[in-house]
Amino acid sequence: MLDSTSTILELLRSGDATAREVTEQALRAIGATQPSINAYTHVAYDAALNAAEAVDRDRKAGRPLPPLAGLPVAIKDVLCTADMPTTCSSNMLRNFTPPYDATIVANLKRAGAIVIGKTNMDEFAMGASTETSAMGLTRNPWDEDRTPGGSSGGAAAAVASGTVPLSIGTDTGGSIRQPAAFCGITGLKPTYGRCSRLGLVAFASSLDQAGPLGWSVEDVAIGLQAMAGYDPADSTSVDQEVPDLQSAVATDNLQGVRIGVLRDSIDQEGVAPSVRKAVSDAEKVFTDLGAEIVEVSLRHSPYWVPTYYVIAPCEASSNLSRFDGAHYGHRQSAQDADGAVDESLAKAEPLEAMYRASRAAGFGSEVKRRIMVGTYALSAGYYDAYYNQALKVRRLIRGDYDTAFESVDLLLGPVTPSPAFGLGENIDDPIAMYLCDLFTVGANLAGVPALSLPAGVDDEGLPVGIQLQAPVMQEAKLIAAGAGFQSKTEYHRLRPSGFIVS
Amino acid sequence: MASVAGAVADSYNAGFLGSPFSLSFTPIDMPTSTRLASDRYPVTVIIGLEVHAQLKTQTKLFCGCATQFGMPANTQVCPVCLGMPGALPVINREAIELSVRTGLALNCSIPPLTKWDRKQYFYPDLPKGYQISQFDLPICADGYLDITDPADPDSTRHIGIVRAHLEEDAGKSMHDESAGVSDTKIDLNRCGTPLLEIVSQPDLRSAAEAKEYLSELKLLLTHLAVSDCEMQEGSLRADANVNLHLDVDGKKVATPIVEVKNLNSFRNVQRAIDYEVERQLVAWEDSGETINDAPKRTFGWDDASERTFPQREKEESADYRYFPDPDLLPVRLPRDMIDEIRSSLGELPAVTRTRLQNQYGLKFYDADVIVNQGPAMIDYFETAASHSGDPKKTSSWIMQEVMRTIKERDVEIQSFPVPPNRLGELVHKIVDGKLDNARARDVFEYLLDHDENVDTALAALGIEAVGEDDLLELCRELLAANPQVVEDVQGGKQQAVGALIGKARAKNPNANPKAVRQTLLDLIAQA
Ligand SMILES: [Zn+2]
Repeated sequence: MLDSTSTILELLRSGDATAREVTEQALRAIGATQPSINAYTHVAYDAALNAAEAVDRDRKAGRPLPPLAGLPVAIKDVLCTADMPTTCSSNMLRNFTPPYDATIVANLKRAGAIVIGKTNMDEFAMGASTETSAMGLTRNPWDEDRTPGGSSGGAAAAVASGTVPLSIGTDTGGSIRQPAAFCGITGLKPTYGRCSRLGLVAFASSLDQAGPLGWSVEDVAIGLQAMAGYDPADSTSVDQEVPDLQSAVATDNLQGVRIGVLRDSIDQEGVAPSVRKAVSDAEKVFTDLGAEIVEVSLRHSPYWVPTYYVIAPCEASSNLSRFDGAHYGHRQSAQDADGAVDESLAKAEPLEAMYRASRAAGFGSEVKRRIMVGTYALSAGYYDAYYNQALKVRRLIRGDYDTAFESVDLLLGPVTPSPAFGLGENIDDPIAMYLCDLFTVGANLAGVPALSLPAGVDDEGLPVGIQLQAPVMQEAKLIAAGAGFQSKTEYHRLRPSGFIVS
Repeated sequence: MASVAGAVADSYNAGFLGSPFSLSFTPIDMPTSTRLASDRYPVTVIIGLEVHAQLKTQTKLFCGCATQFGMPANTQVCPVCLGMPGALPVINREAIELSVRTGLALNCSIPPLTKWDRKQYFYPDLPKGYQISQFDLPICADGYLDITDPADPDSTRHIGIVRAHLEEDAGKSMHDESAGVSDTKIDLNRCGTPLLEIVSQPDLRSAAEAKEYLSELKLLLTHLAVSDCEMQEGSLRADANVNLHLDVDGKKVATPIVEVKNLNSFRNVQRAIDYEVERQLVAWEDSGETINDAPKRTFGWDDASERTFPQREKEESADYRYFPDPDLLPVRLPRDMIDEIRSSLGELPAVTRTRLQNQYGLKFYDADVIVNQGPAMIDYFETAASHSGDPKKTSSWIMQEVMRTIKERDVEIQSFPVPPNRLGELVHKIVDGKLDNARARDVFEYLLDHDENVDTALAALGIEAVGEDDLLELCRELLAANPQVVEDVQGGKQQAVGALIGKARAKNPNANPKAVRQTLLDLIAQA
């Protein structure tokens, strides 16, 4: 039951299940999986049950209920929640509870969703494996020796382990799509500006975008419908109506739709055969649905990762300046418990020593690495060679997408070069980790929406994903094509062994 | 805040510079003999001013918090101006309009697009770790302000404006160093308040010119209603860039530029510049150091010792790592919006000053005083003058009686108890010879407390014109009683009648002194 948003909503509406029963079941599932999977950083037992009971009372009293009334959802711990800690999986914010809800959290609550807890992530969303979390790593429900991907690894694992039917992640360079692919579920990164960023603790402001993860396209469409919309409090949010995404789900005819296959990326060295097969199988499915397949290439795709790894750290180095120990978050004195002063801080002024001690202790090494890279790239004398150059390349990358979308409606390609990798496999090799983003960062740099779909299984039984990308504000096209694909395939119905069926 | 006692220093926006955690003092000895340096070398003083004017918006630059001065610490704050995680800025349209207004009045060009940049440094009163400012596309660029040449009030000096850009203010750190402990308290009420930083060209040549520039700028900003310019409340602050060009045996030598930060009064701007001029001369005499050895230094001003002092600088402080703020979109400034603001500017103070001289024949000084009082005073003067028929007399009444009353009673000209048309009528009576100045002052005093027209006031005070026959009789009586005066006048001492004028007014306060004098002289001549 907890693996379908639409089923749960139907049961709740018909009265075959109460919100309290659904919530209790979710909490039980979390209790059963948390010790091994560790998808959550915080579980809101009491608040969730209280909210569920309120829904049940309203339903009993015959009051009109919002569309998601009683639906348990999990929220990535980078999104502000006024009634729960928001740690970004960092020691820096271990004890931080914001004074407000992120707009998308408020939207989901207004739609009746019950926030059941906060999910684990790479620290400040920097990583592709959820191993950089200060709250312990998250395991992949399909194989506990593997990572669930990242940075929204907790959000993907929360769905894949059957604790919630829907979770909300964020995607700066692939952080929704890659974990969705690794965990065999569906994940959607909306157009930049489709969902408000207010209350999303910024990693890279020009790239960050929140989106839903669930088993099916139908479920993520329900999630996106509830969370999306213009927010005047976010200057980068787009003032455009969200179309009816449910009607897009109903489409199973892709007659006249032109899909461009990104052959260059599929043929690239290091792409696993299972990934190549998933894409070519998908081409056949789409052809059967009436779509026309053509080949396209995005000329500057070899520059995606280098461009991304200049722009994102530059913005991060600035966004994370506020975590200095002065106002909130972790503060550390330069003195240890015995009053001894760290040698490297002995000569610093007290204020600077406090900054340095707090940031040294509060941030993990990947976060520090990106702050260092970004600070360097924005420094006098390097700005033009790095940041400014990256902005220029970013414009070219956007231009590639514009050109491609003049002749096709959608782009099809892989999400990741391989299925889920092992825990510890890449953690000491930042470059290998960064290459996880090879196929995903383009959508962030161009701001276009992208969908990750389960589309295969490798020899070891691990899920394999494919990615569809659409022009800006065209989520409905993605959803129609994705729903069509899932109407002809069963990959989104596969569950990890030991999946809790109720 | 009550606990903040002892040495409290405001370290506005100090950044790494002038970190109050290391407030170090290097007094400079200035033996009097070296003051003669300026006599030996022709010296040109080069000054540029950076003025921060707080814009009079209802709310802060990027959030909805109020900007009221003097509220309890940390009560006018929200997640945005506190820089909380996840908070996002939204630009205040009013701040844009006020900036464009100012820029147009300063003859600046307004670009079609302006954008926001982050200026990054760590400081506890800057909670985000960066200040949202404008780096390469300021909202106003390349203008000028003409000021009166303090050395010659008949000519003007043309002072270039490099740019004016919008930025958010930082909070306030208060350092308590009493009782041997160093304690810092932060008030973030001011954090996010909109500032327009107006940067002049180094076109100013003396402390007096700097003061004149500031006065004219303040007048313009208050006239445009874009800023209150209350220096004691910090809504107008100035940094002065000062150096000297020396002519040493025909060779031009420039001393290192010193930026004196955070000058919070006109007086301090002047004193800091004067001090710097002396100090730089001495320093150059001592060390021979020129601009090539040390391009720019940052100094503070210590009010108590009346000295500038070097603030400690760090290598990295110079690099603010500016980059475009990804949370904010560039702002488009459409032509028609700019045109609309331009057409709403009205007459600017410099133009009014000239017009008052040409149209009403006022002296420069009088026109300047009226204009400096702001648009409401200009209106008051013009209305009063149109009723009095004598603008010069009207202006002197305003300078003396009206301005004195404003000061004494602490009232605004907008709500002055004697409306301008009434003052005009009163002055008209003087011009017509119906009232003398002394009686007119009595009427004015009466009108201050009675909302009545001039004729009613005259009746209430029993003031009526004294008839010719009554005047003759009064004068005859006085002459009869004071034969000595008649003798003196006949002996050539005309001023002797003065003694009788006071006596005449004692008998009949309505008697016009001029008329009394003339009648007395006529009678003596006829005698
Ligand atoms: Zn605020």
